[in-house]
Amino acid sequence: MQKTLVIDPGKCTGCKQCELACSYIKEGSFNPSKSRIRVFDFHTEGRFVPYTCTQCDEAWCQQACPVDAITTDPVTGVKQVHDNLCVGCKVCTIACPFGTINYSVSTGKVVKCDHCGGDPECVKACPTQAILYSDVEQAGFDKMQQWAAKTDNAAPANSA
Amino acid sequence: MAWTRKILRVNLTEGTCVSEPLNMDWALKYLGQRGLGTKYLMEEIDPKVDPLSPDNKMIFATGPLTGTCASTAGRYSVITKGALTGAIACSNSGGYFGAELKFAGWDMIIFEGKSEKPVYLCIIDDKAELLSAEGLWGKSVWDTDAAIKAAHQEPMMHIAAIGVAGEKGNMYACIVNDLHRAAGRSGVGTVMGSKNLKAVAVRGTGGVSVEDFPAFMKSTEAGKRVLQENAVTGESLPAYGTQVLMNVINESGALPTRNFRDVQFESANDISAEAMAEPRRSDGKPNLLTNQACFSCTIACGRISQIDKDHFTVVNKPEYWGAEGGLEYEAAWALGAATGIKDLEALTYANYLCNEHGYDPISFGSTLAAAMDMYDEGILTKKDTGGVELKFGSAEMLAKMAELTGIMEGFGKELALGSKRLCEKYGRPELSMTVKGQEFPAYDPRGIQGMGLTYATSNRGACHLRSYTVSSEIFGIPEKTDPLSTDGKAGLVKAFQDATAAVDSAGLCVFTTFAWTLEDIAPQVDAACEGNWTADTLMEAGERIWNMERNFNLAAGFSGKDDELPKRLMKDAAKTGPAKGLTSGLDKMLPEYYEVRGWNTKGVPTEETLSRLGV
Repeated sequence: MQKTLVIDPGKCTGCKQCELACSYIKEGSFNPSKSRIRVFDFHTEGRFVPYTCTQCDEAWCQQACPVDAITTDPVTGVKQVHDNLCVGCKVCTIACPFGTINYSVSTGKVVKCDHCGGDPECVKACPTQAILYSDVEQAGFDKMQQWAAKTDNAAPANSA
Repeated sequence: MAWTRKILRVNLTEGTCVSEPLNMDWALKYLGQRGLGTKYLMEEIDPKVDPLSPDNKMIFATGPLTGTCASTAGRYSVITKGALTGAIACSNSGGYFGAELKFAGWDMIIFEGKSEKPVYLCIIDDKAELLSAEGLWGKSVWDTDAAIKAAHQEPMMHIAAIGVAGEKGNMYACIVNDLHRAAGRSGVGTVMGSKNLKAVAVRGTGGVSVEDFPAFMKSTEAGKRVLQENAVTGESLPAYGTQVLMNVINESGALPTRNFRDVQFESANDISAEAMAEPRRSDGKPNLLTNQACFSCTIACGRISQIDKDHFTVVNKPEYWGAEGGLEYEAAWALGAATGIKDLEALTYANYLCNEHGYDPISFGSTLAAAMDMYDEGILTKKDTGGVELKFGSAEMLAKMAELTGIMEGFGKELALGSKRLCEKYGRPELSMTVKGQEFPAYDPRGIQGMGLTYATSNRGACHLRSYTVSSEIFGIPEKTDPLSTDGKAGLVKAFQDATAAVDSAGLCVFTTFAWTLEDIAPQVDAACEGNWTADTLMEAGERIWNMERNFNLAAGFSGKDDELPKRLMKDAAKTGPAKGLTSGLDKMLPEYYEVRGWNTKGVPTEETLSRLGV
């Protein structure tokens, strides 16, 4: 089963626990500026939106990489950067339409979300379940259920 | 490890920014933030200094846990001699600014001297420089925030700034960070303005480490679980914010109303959390849009509100139609119950203005309430107020006065004096509901007796955040005491004061203590920091800090005589509610408090106490 990060911005409070957990596991210290997941604050709308790599099937980053440093995990579908191959050319950062693969000055390589090998730290750290890790084929299920619930109140078509 | 071990010393007179090592001997005694910042201030200034003179210093201090994943670990404090009070001032703020300062690599910034021209401090990691703020002077906090981010093309910057209130000497000006989080009390923004310092802008891309990561991850996770499972921090605060208190405190007969004439507000429900969440009759939308967390906080009590576009306060003013920081309990009380005003949208608007222009809603609302009291008695007239009727309950008047105070014009300039100076000026000092020059917050000492002792002995003047005995007296946390009785309150206040000083100094939010005791906090501090941190050593550090602050005030010229409450609370009994017929029992509690503190009968710490604590 392939799993994906299911993000519900409506539940996000902007606390950045996900960024802290990500930077700790990936960089060894608390450092939001190095986090693979970022929370954006749309202040005037009162909205906070966590955002990270969605692991595209035909990934722009992977296709753009001139040294084949990005591979797909055959089981999870996750795109992984191999540091021993990456030359830090940054072409992938240009190719990615979402900006979710980034260059790290300290290593000279690019970094991106890799689902922590199947047990994402951001999911465990989120206090409001705004980030879940679930079956990629069921990702829309919750929303579907919400909309289905609303149809319960609709009046029958033939009622006067 | 949790400390960056670096201090940034900024001399505004000389225009220099110099890095120096943190004094680790002091850090191990005073922890950080409030405690450590106060220790530095104590060592570096004469407590008798004029708060607004270049000789006063101002310290932005983070705690050792600030910037870590411990819940609520994003806080910083501004420590200085307070403009409003002349006492030690330590104003604590959340948002993201404190953590960002830590990520830039700094435990603390010490500002000294005074700049000849307006400047702002720009910190990008280890690079710090003073830049001209001449183009920013006169701008609001919000416009300053936007202008600095644009100038540096750094949307991820976090900024703490003063507005016009701080520039022009409003005595209770705040320093506002992240648009609506504030180091709010005692006039720390006034001090910043007196130094011609408009803002501090920070971008940090470094990491914060702790001494023992595995132990820290384990203890912080356990802490978060406690917060999540607690009814207050896990349910009430995220859903209702601190505003959950409005109806509860009103029912307890401890909601100060119309400048403390009454202890219950007949319209409390109209300005409560419940009212904020309910769809408005006017446009069908609720005032409350969502909740927001400060950095690293798993409680998320912050309010984000939206005012009805057709409300009289914002008609034709689209700049106020977006989502903004909404009412917290203290602000809703000061702008509402204290003034007898029940228009929730008008209170929200006044609260926006406090953030936009940088002045403390508690002191503003309380000062306005005192002015209304004087107007009601005929001491103030329309001639004094520029033609405005200062009537209890008038939302139009509140909006007008909040606008004038924000830009320091008309009667707003008088209100910017603060309640004590205003009431003295018009010959009615007894109508000022203050201790050591600072306005009361939202708990009536007649209905919650422990809060009377809290206010009277608070080192920064009347304040609820120095010992929140409401927890015990109303909510039974950690154990229930009778709010109407003075029995045992001396010990209770001391315990809350010492524990709170430790929580503040660690870099955590005091709201965690609805669920956490020092037993929950100690393992987190101990895993993060060098030294041996247990509940006992934290409590002792808290007591050390409290006595040091007391010493600052004694050296500044305060004495036991200043540990007093206004006559109204000592002579006029509560008219309604559970406390009906009661006045404050401060006279009974104070001598007992001095005794449990190890102070002499004049309120001076004994040699024995000071040497026990190593002050």
